[in-house]
This record gives sequence, C-alpha cells and structure tokens, in this order.
Amino acid sequence: MNEMIPPAGDRAAALKGLGSSRKRVEDVRFTQGKGAYVDDIKLKDMVFGDFVRSPYAHARVVSVNKEAALAVPGVIAVLTAEDLAPLGLHWMPTLAGDRQMVLADGKVLYQGQEVAFVVAENRYACADAIELVEVDYEALPVVTDPFKALEPDAPVLREDLAGKTEGAHGPRRHHNHIFLWEQGDRAATEAVIDGADVVAEERIHYHRTHPCPLETCGCVASMDKITGKLTLWGTFQAPHAVRTVASLISGIAEHNIRVISPDIGGGFGNKVGVYPGYVCSIVASIVTGRPVKWVEDRMDNLMTTAFARDYWMDGRIAATKDGRITGLWCHVTADHGGFDACADPTKFPAGFFNICTGSYDIPVAYVGVDGVYTNKAPGGVAYRCSFRVTEAAYFIERMVDILAIKLGMDPVELRLKNFIRKDQFPYHSALGWEYDSGDYHTAMEQALAAVDYKGLRAEQAERLEAFKRGESRSLMGVGVAFFTEIVGAGPVKNCDILGLGMFDSCEIRIHPTGSAIARLGTISQGQGHATTFAQILASEIGIPADDITVEEGDTDTAPYGLGTYGSRSTPVAGAATAMAGRKIRAKAQMIAAYLLEVHDDDVEFDVDRFQIKGAPERFKTMKEIAFAAYNQAIPGLEPGLEAVSYYDPPNMTYPFGAYICVMDVDVDTGVCDVRRVYALDDCGTRINPMIIEGQVHGGLTEALAIAMGQEIAYDEDGNVTTGTLMDFFIPTAVETPHYETDHTVTPSPHHPIGAKGVGESPNVGGVPMFSNAVMDAFKPFGLTHAHMPHDHWRVWRIANGLGLHG
Amino acid sequence: MIPGSFDYHRPATVQEAARLVASLGEDARVVAGGHSLIPMMKLRMAAPAHLIDLQGVEGLAGIAVSGGEVRIGAMTTQHMLIEDAALAQAAPLVREAALQIADPQVRYMGTIGGNLANGDPGNDMPGLMQCLDAAFTLVGPEGARQVRAREFYFGAYDTARAEDEILSEIAFSGHAGAGYAYEKQKRKIGDYATAAAAVLLRMEGGRCAAASVAMTNLADRPIFSQAAADALVGSPLDAAALDAAVAAMQGDIAPGADTRGPVEFKRHVAGVMLRRAVARAASRA
Repeated sequence: MNEMIPPAGDRAAALKGLGSSRKRVEDVRFTQGKGAYVDDIKLKDMVFGDFVRSPYAHARVVSVNKEAALAVPGVIAVLTAEDLAPLGLHWMPTLAGDRQMVLADGKVLYQGQEVAFVVAENRYACADAIELVEVDYEALPVVTDPFKALEPDAPVLREDLAGKTEGAHGPRRHHNHIFLWEQGDRAATEAVIDGADVVAEERIHYHRTHPCPLETCGCVASMDKITGKLTLWGTFQAPHAVRTVASLISGIAEHNIRVISPDIGGGFGNKVGVYPGYVCSIVASIVTGRPVKWVEDRMDNLMTTAFARDYWMDGRIAATKDGRITGLWCHVTADHGGFDACADPTKFPAGFFNICTGSYDIPVAYVGVDGVYTNKAPGGVAYRCSFRVTEAAYFIERMVDILAIKLGMDPVELRLKNFIRKDQFPYHSALGWEYDSGDYHTAMEQALAAVDYKGLRAEQAERLEAFKRGESRSLMGVGVAFFTEIVGAGPVKNCDILGLGMFDSCEIRIHPTGSAIARLGTISQGQGHATTFAQILASEIGIPADDITVEEGDTDTAPYGLGTYGSRSTPVAGAATAMAGRKIRAKAQMIAAYLLEVHDDDVEFDVDRFQIKGAPERFKTMKEIAFAAYNQAIPGLEPGLEAVSYYDPPNMTYPFGAYICVMDVDVDTGVCDVRRVYALDDCGTRINPMIIEGQVHGGLTEALAIAMGQEIAYDEDGNVTTGTLMDFFIPTAVETPHYETDHTVTPSPHHPIGAKGVGESPNVGGVPMFSNAVMDAFKPFGLTHAHMPHDHWRVWRIANGLGLHG
Repeated sequence: MIPGSFDYHRPATVQEAARLVASLGEDARVVAGGHSLIPMMKLRMAAPAHLIDLQGVEGLAGIAVSGGEVRIGAMTTQHMLIEDAALAQAAPLVREAALQIADPQVRYMGTIGGNLANGDPGNDMPGLMQCLDAAFTLVGPEGARQVRAREFYFGAYDTARAEDEILSEIAFSGHAGAGYAYEKQKRKIGDYATAAAAVLLRMEGGRCAAASVAMTNLADRPIFSQAAADALVGSPLDAAALDAAVAAMQGDIAPGADTRGPVEFKRHVAGVMLRRAVARAASRA
C-alpha cells in the first residue's frame, strides 16, 4: 500500500520549494519583450510632462517667461514654483527630514534641477516648448567640494535655512552643514589609538556614482474628478510608502489614492525616493483633468535622480605589533548635494555606516559623519546596498589591507587573526549592532583553498620578478575582501522612514482547488519575487510553487509594506510569507484532523499533506484540505483558508562572504584585466540557488563598474561630465569577467526559514575586492592607497607616480 | 531625447540626392546609418530642417576588389566590411579596424561613408583611410571629384566636402604583402578610442622599406604622421627607430583632456599604441 505513495523526497522536489533552482516565472514575459513598464501605459486622453532644467549648478532664477512655450501648438500648461506655491507643493519633504524644491523657488542648487514643468499633448510638442521657456538666471559661485563648502566664507547654498541652527538630526554648525552623527566611544578610541603599537591612517574616498537602472524613473498620474480617486503608476520601490507620503503631501485621503508599481526595469535604490516628476505629474493631472505621463531620459536620470556614495572617510586603525586590531576611528565628510534626500531609516542619517567594524572583533570604535550641502544633485541612496553598508565595507576592507602593509603581514593572515569567532555569536559590535550569526573562518578557509591562495601569491612573486627584469610590463594583483552585511531593515523599534515602521507583510488565499495567491508589501524590480516567494510558501504549505501566484505592487490589493531595497525583501517579507504560511498550515492541520477523524495532535505535516502519526498511509493532501476548507461544514471552524502576517523582524540579518580576484595591470596603458573572480556568499538558507547566482553575477558586475570606472563627476563649475552612457561606465558582456560562485550556509537564528538576503552582497564585497587587487598589484612599489575609480588613466597615473614609466 | 521637427526625404539615386542637397542648402543633412547624426538630433545638438536619407539610394553600398584595387560604396556598413572575404584578403587592416568599432548592432547600421564624412575626430575610419592613402569621391551639382583622405580633414566636423556634395565612394590600393595593425585603446565596447594607431609596413632585407602611420582621436582631426613613417623607413625597427617614430608622432598630435584622461596620459598611450601597432605589423610583414 505504501508503494502507492511517492517518497517524500520526490514529493518535495515536485513542490519546487526551498533550495530548488526553479526557473524564473517572470522570464517568460521579459525574454519575449512582453514586460509592461510605466512607459508602456497608455490611457485615453493622456498627456505628457517634462522639465525645463537648470544649466547652472548655482544660480538665482530671476524670471521665467512661459509665453513662447505656451504658444507652441499642443502645449497645455507650463508650471513653475509660483503655480505650485498656493497648493504648498513647490517644496516637498525628503525621506531624510530635509525639504526639497519641487520646482526652482528663486534659485537652483545643481545642474539639471527642475525649473518648470511643461505639459503637452505629445512628447514632441513638450520638447519643443521646453526650449522656448525663457529663464533668466543670475549665476552664483559654485561649490562642489564638501570640504570647501564648510569653509567660513563658502557660498550660502540653502538660503531657506538661514538662521536654522538645528536640523532634522541635531545641531548645524555652518550654513552648509546638515548634521553630525556620532556613534561609539570617541575618547576611549582615541586613547587606544594614541597608545597603540601600530596605527594606519588613510583618507578613503568612495566616489559619487549612480544606480543607473536600465529603466529610468517615471510615472503616470490620473486624477478621476468624478470618483475623486487618484491612480498613480510609477517606478516605485516602495508603493505603499509613496501612497502614504502622497496623501500627507497632497491632502488627498489615503483611500482615494491607488499606487501601482508595474514591471520595474531595475531599481538599485534609484527608485526609492520621491521626485519632483511625481509631484508635478499629480498636480498637472488634477489641473488638466487628464492622465499625465512623465518619464526621465537617461541624462535626466544620471544627472538628477538619486546619486549614491560620495563619502570621504578619514580612518585610523590601531593594532598590536603582532596584528591584533585594538581600535578603529573614522570621520566621514558626506557630500549630500543641494538637499538631504538620502533614503535611510529616519533615525540613521548615515544609514548603517556604523557596521564599519566589519567582520572583525574590534574592542573599541568611533564614527562621526558630517553631512554637507554642495552644488550637486541630491540623493545618497543605497545603490544595491543596505544604507551606506557599501561605504562601510569599502572603508574597513581598505583599512585592513593598509594596516597589513604597515604590519608587514599578509592581508589574509591579518583578517583570519581578527575575525569574530564562531563562538562569539551573537556578537555585540563596538558600534552597537548585534550580529546574529556567522562562521567567518570556515568561509575564508574555503575560499583560500578554492583559489589556491598560496599558489596565487607564488605566481605573483614570479611575475613581479619578471617585471623587474624588464621581461613584462604587467603586474599581478590579488584582491581579497571579506564583508559582513547588515540587511533586512528592520525592527520597527528603531527602523522607520518618516515614521512608517519598516515591517513587511504577506497575505495568502488558498483557492478551493488547492492553488493559491500570495500578495506582499514588497515589489520586485528584477529580483524574482514571483519565483522565490512561491518557493518559500511551497515548502511551508505543501502546495507546488507552480500553483502559487505572487502579486505585488498594487496598494489597493497588496497588504501594507515598506517595499524592496536594502536586501530587505527576503529577511522581512520572506519571513512574513513563511509566518502567514504557518497560519495556513495550522488551520489545515485542524481540517485534516477532522477529515481523518482524529485529534489535531495526532496528525503531522509531511511535505504536501497531513498524515496520521505512525500511519502515513492515512493522510489528506493540502489539495483535499483546501477543498474541504471551503466546501465542508467543519464544526468550530470558519470556512475558507486564508492568512495574513505582518512581520516585525526582531533583528537585522548579517550575510557575509569571502571574495577573491586576480587582476593583471598593464602599467603602460592602465588597463586592468580581471582574469579570475571567486565569490563565496553565505546568505543563510538558500531559497533558489540559480537566482542567488544571478544576483551575485549582477552585483559583481556593478561592483566591477564602480571600482574600475563608473562615476558621476563634476567639473569646477558644477557641470556633470559623465551624463551619458558614453562616459558613465556600464560594463557590457565583453568587459564582464567570468565569475566562480561558492557558498557556505549559516542560517539566521531569528528568521523563520533562516534566510538572510543576498541581492546587494556582491556589490558590497565586490568593490573592495576589485579595488584591493589594483592596490595589491602596486604594493611592491610602495603604494598604500589610491582613490577609485580605477579607470585607465588613474591607474596609469599610479604607475607614473611610482616611477614605473622609466 | 526628442529631436526637433524635420522633413524627411528618401531619394532613389545619387543625382537626386545631390539635387536635394543643393536645393535645400544648409538646413539639410544627409543621413547614412544614422549612428552619429541621430543621437546628435535627439540631444538637439543638431536640428536639421531636412533629413535626406541615403538608405534608398541604389548602388551606394557594395565592395569591389579588382587587381588589388578596392572600391567601397559609401553606404557599405561596417558589418559588410567585416564579412567581405575579398576585402579581407586585399586589405585585412580594414577588417581588423572595423571589428574594433562600436558593437555588432551598431556595425549592422553604421556605414563607412557616414563614419568618414561626418568629420568626428573620434571615428576610426578617417585615420585608417589616411593610412591606406584612400581617395574619396564627392558628388555635387557640378559632377564628381576626388579628394585624398590625407587632405580631407581640416578640424572637428570640418572637411573638404562642400555642403552640396555627397561622399559616394572610397577607393584605395590593397596592401597585400604589407604588415598591418590597428591598435586601439578604449574604455569599453562602443567607446571612442582613448588613442589608436593604424600602421602599414613593408620590410625588405630586415629593414623597413615603406611605412604609413595614422593616429585616431588625438587631435581635432585624424593625424597622418609622415614624420613617424619616415623615422621607421630604412631602420630595422629597432628601439631607436621606434623611439624616433613615437617622438615624431608626438609632434603631430594635439590631444585634449576629456573623461578618458588628461593630455599627458593620452600622449603616453598614443606612444604605446604606436609601438604595439608597429610591432604587430612587423610580425606580419
């Protein structure tokens, strides 16, 4: 009789649950060009909006003359700050507690800033009219250097803040100062450094760059004057938060706002913030009574919406003679641009930068971050990053390499000596975090063995000798990085954005025939949620992943959640999904027991069914249970099989990884050839190994771009010099190296399925890996540090500075 | 990224195209593959009132190799240059360079004529044609005339082509037996050269008997460096000759700083590209 029942292993495989490299269900439409993005939305009577943008980085706006623009056939309206002021919408709050101009209110603070919003019947009329809006500017002195911005006689950028000595995050000590955020014990740290055997000191710049998703930002706003309902489609990484903020800003009741995130072509943090385009589109729709579409072009996107990084990190790291790290000190000068529009949890103006003690057991540490206004675009978003973790990881992984040079130690040996040991978890860091779990030594040893680290060093030494003999013009660099992430924001007790707690949610409905729909408060931008969340549920409730629809992004149907960024979807919404699944299972157990005519405690869950303990031949499948839930009167139970869970995580999760790459550096051309990349990730329980691998490949490629050339650069006048994809480096397949991926599994002890999140790990760990490799190549010639990006001419400059060009 | 309005013309013959160019005057622009002009129009850095599309002109695309002489129609795409076996045999330098232009998608559309006539100092073909000593046929209201590639370029987007002329054909002698190389450093696929060198060499008895050198994106126009070639001819291509050629080339180029790097870097890379191109060409001579 038993042979009639397929073995549990076969049944589990059929579910395609946790651990299955299930193919992405999204790809059927994406690979056929059938995705539906914001710009694919076409509504009856829809009109188009676009901006007149400032060519100046700092200027007074003396006057705006709309006449010629309004005369263009098809132009409906030209909005300026004056038009928005009566509605109180010429300024808007930022996520960081600052405020930002929606349209230039008397002055502009960065090149590309929005000055006027032209609304027209079509994009061509709109573009023609933009050229005809006459703006009279009076240029003002420009400051693009955050250190110069803090000089006493620096130009005053934010005249609206005149006399305000208190900002959203404490005192402001200068007219261009935003906040000082301090963590740790400064006095104790400085005492340790003053008395240390060895101290390494360096200024490390993580340059300004940009998430640059393939799809730019955009929206369609449609105000239905009959129902009073506003529908807003947009490239939103947090649709519910947008709905709440839109309601608070506009005064439209929240139930009258529906926000929909359709397919999103990548976000990487760029689509978290609230942009003037959204506000202007809403206003224009209210004014015209017609749907209004606004979509950025590539230059708009690179120049104005949400840069990332731009941290100047002054570090000191202390150690004993034998290489035991005793203290870490860091001061950051953070360039926030014209407005503080960082997308961090509100209580963390420098995000989770205080994870900068990294993977090391450092007894005492101090971090101070000064936020500064400059004539650059606002943003400071987490570009595939959990709120400044990338900056922190780059800082510590460079500092450890620099300390190793000073100590004359191998950088790996120094890391192994200072790692937090497995038996120290949960580990309380000197800067206030409780690391939930980790096994760093195992991961590092596995990585070293995989790449034959000793062999690489021997090869490097041989090649160096050949170079010195004049037989080669190429140097070999080995880049090592070991990162610890902090993701899954986060516990509502300390994580909120503008007061919105950072929990997340999942609602599940099981259909009578045993299939299901799950809705979440997150929104996929390419992460594959429709694939992976179905897998979590498949394992929890015994319904095949193929029979589970996952839906996100429509605030009228999805439960409230804070969206997708900072690798928070799996740690938070993934947990909510598992917990909601467990509620389903609990009810299913009662139904099964009733159907099998035994006590609830006498049945047990087995992959896809409940069976009687000790009598597995007597069972009810989840399919049978689902049908009974709806169609059989069960005493004491309501009909139906649904559940909802709102999950407030008890802690962050702490993924980690060991990355090693090998690079050949041509000292004559500055060309760096990455010939090997090995990435070991520990993201806890692995939901879909294929998707993890894809995430790692994508993140490593972004890391390669950032380390080796990608930047948002400004000239002295505040002009963006990297405003197109000709100059803003996005690697093609040709520039992308082959990646070897590997893993260890250290489940999170507090996450329902032990998962930790992986999306941003490769960006966090990849940048220091690539950068360290460049530094490592030049180490024998006395280099300790050089700033990123390591593009050809800057690498050439290193070689030139070291006298390698004869 | 929305161009201004324009009238679209699609002539069927070179003569009709030339008449249109002459009658519409400076408000008209000829478009071939569109990979230079159309991005400029989308940025509104170019706003022609009339666009004369050569895609419909018969007989402008094609490659003819006969008796070692090569003739290429202006509308021949980079992809066609790469795929043509006879051209690869007569002038393998062209194929080597075309493979380093942009990416396959662009090469399916981008044409040799557009690349040459636009006068963009970043384009690869102008320097290459100077190296090959090509002649360009220009068709205008008065008929056709020929201009040598080495005399065609005056400055950025400033060439010997009159506004009412259309570049119709490129002709040069094959370089069978000569060593050749096109060395190009770029930041990534699709980028213009940081510096590039086109070199042709003939060796006789261990010495360089003839040489031709042209440099790309190192001035406001392609640089044919007779001085660099002269420094190589007669030498065994030893270190002294290479140094002399690089020094001579440095006297001819005038790079500007941009996001690819400062002037001293570009000069250095120009030297590296020239050395590598000579070495590779010599290995093939």
